[in-house]
Amino acid sequence: MLWDALTFQLGYNATLVAIGATLLGISAGVTGTFLFLRKRALVSDAISHATLPGVCLAFMALVALGGDGRNLIGLLAGSAVSAWIGLLCMNWLTRHTRLAEDAAIGAVLSVFFGLGIVLLTVIQTMGVGRQAGLEGFLLGSTAGMLWADALIIAIGGAATLMLVMIIRRPMMMVAFDPEFAAARGLPVHRIDLAMMGLVMAVTVVGLKIVGLILIVALLIIPPVTARFWSERSDRVVLLAGLAGGLAGYLGAAMSASAPNLPTGPIIVLVSFGFFALSLLLAPVRGVLAAILRHLRFQRRVHIRQGLLALAQGQKIYEPLTLRLLRRAGIVRADGVATEAGKARAAKALRDEKRWELVRSDQAHEATAALYDGLRDIETVLTRDQIAEIDRRIGGPQGVLT
Amino acid sequence: MLELAAVQGVSVEDQGIDNSPLAIRGLTVSYGQKPAVFSVDMTVHPGAMTAIIGPNGAGKSTLLKAALGIVPPLSGQVTVYGQPLGQQRAHIAYVPQRASVDWDFPTRVIDVVLMGLSRELGLLGRIRARHMARALDCLHRVGMRDFADRQIGQLSGGQQQRVFLARALAQGADLYLLDEPFAGVDAATEKAIIAVLKSLKEAGKTVVVVHHDLVTVTDYFDHVFLINTRKVAEGPVAEAFTAETLQAAYGGRLATAQIDQISRALG
Repeated sequence: MLWDALTFQLGYNATLVAIGATLLGISAGVTGTFLFLRKRALVSDAISHATLPGVCLAFMALVALGGDGRNLIGLLAGSAVSAWIGLLCMNWLTRHTRLAEDAAIGAVLSVFFGLGIVLLTVIQTMGVGRQAGLEGFLLGSTAGMLWADALIIAIGGAATLMLVMIIRRPMMMVAFDPEFAAARGLPVHRIDLAMMGLVMAVTVVGLKIVGLILIVALLIIPPVTARFWSERSDRVVLLAGLAGGLAGYLGAAMSASAPNLPTGPIIVLVSFGFFALSLLLAPVRGVLAAILRHLRFQRRVHIRQGLLALAQGQKIYEPLTLRLLRRAGIVRADGVATEAGKARAAKALRDEKRWELVRSDQAHEATAALYDGLRDIETVLTRDQIAEIDRRIGGPQGVLT
Repeated sequence: MLELAAVQGVSVEDQGIDNSPLAIRGLTVSYGQKPAVFSVDMTVHPGAMTAIIGPNGAGKSTLLKAALGIVPPLSGQVTVYGQPLGQQRAHIAYVPQRASVDWDFPTRVIDVVLMGLSRELGLLGRIRARHMARALDCLHRVGMRDFADRQIGQLSGGQQQRVFLARALAQGADLYLLDEPFAGVDAATEKAIIAVLKSLKEAGKTVVVVHHDLVTVTDYFDHVFLINTRKVAEGPVAEAFTAETLQAAYGGRLATAQIDQISRALG
């Protein structure tokens, strides 16, 4: 069943939803990365909640004009207008009052959402209201998705993605160093507004599939996931698009494979799955890697300290150090150094002296920055460089093994 | 070009203040109701190294930021080589305080320096070999060539500062404005930075530095600008950097022993 869904064999609607969700995931992940790196991720939550009054008012207007009020373009246009008003309110609050951004987000989010719920209740008492299905915009509803709906999502997502790519450099500069960007003459405030406008576009496009409450997850979780895997902003952007797109595709397929599984929430859970895996398994920033690195570092510190103690004829009391030295064949079971151990101890002491010289010499600065008290010096310097250092240290030569 | 006149040794008096690399008139900046900088005039001498000096909270950084349009002024004009700031951005390089950015940002040293080339790269221009070569050369000038591929979070404070300087060099500007480049850096970095700044001066560029270490002023700079919300003194070090002007700028905040020490350094 899941396989059928993954290969688009579950019928017309499921295929439309899967394609739409994939595109939405990609554009949300890419756009969200800039917001995340600008440290304004929660702004997206206020934007998304501010769409609700617009959806309701647009519905009322459409009904008043004699339609049935379910024209998706009309509803999305309404949501965009009210989200933009919410965004401007938030911006005004942070720029012209002493309110911090988090307070402004809280105020705008709750007031707009409250207003939206009131309007929603009013609509439900209207004659045509009951069939409107506007609640679907809260958590997304893909059951009756039409070809035209999918097309709107595809076009909106692609257009957003293209705009993001065009202004990615100024957005990244503002995210990293807004003062420098301003000094170069970049309109920082307008670039921020453009960034949030793009986030708004993704939100509006995503209302049908994941709904306004959960869209924030698609904007934030993929960038956070991607950040675990790369230290380069351009790659974080691409990886976030990949994670978002994959979550959209897998989530849509999974929800189609069984009856009554909600699409939006499943997409968010799949996205969270990627996040959890990255949190645990990412090579440098992941939790497991950090634990392993710590343990390995601790072991190396103990062995190094043990070697230096041996070289200087000091007694070792620390049980962990002794155990590690024994296991490495540096000391025998009775605590006496082996021949190999003695050689390594002498080498360790000599390396200390070499490092001392390297660290005091400006010419070796890049090497000195690697100093951690543990590294074998031949892993960072060439044989000739070490020989040169040894000449400067003087004393017995040839302990380099 | 106007800045060429400065390089050719025409004195600032001959050109009039209007052609100064940076001329500030009646600048007032206020956070809330308390002015941080009040009605300040400043005329930067072309081809010189100028230190902006004053006690903590005297508005040194604010003056620089307002001159660059980073913080909006309440009143006042800024001209750069005789023209309004907006048209002259390409001639100015700014080195912000190191602490103003998040060093865990996912970017490498070389990417930061390439930001200095953003004008040439434009929105969609590809980073080509010549851009790369120029960025690497700027890193080389601050002694950071070997760090090009490192993540910026791995750098020490002094190295971060030199990366910022390399980014400013990449801009190829005529006027360099630096905000506390020597704050919290190691001696090696301080030496490297001052060497680069002196080479800029030799190449006819103008350098303005917000500086906090009074002891090194006479060694590093040839002009000073003393500020304590209002301008206190301005001019060549020998004339404007005296026990009297320091007393006026710092008031009781400078211990007599410090003033004595500086006076002795001044001779």
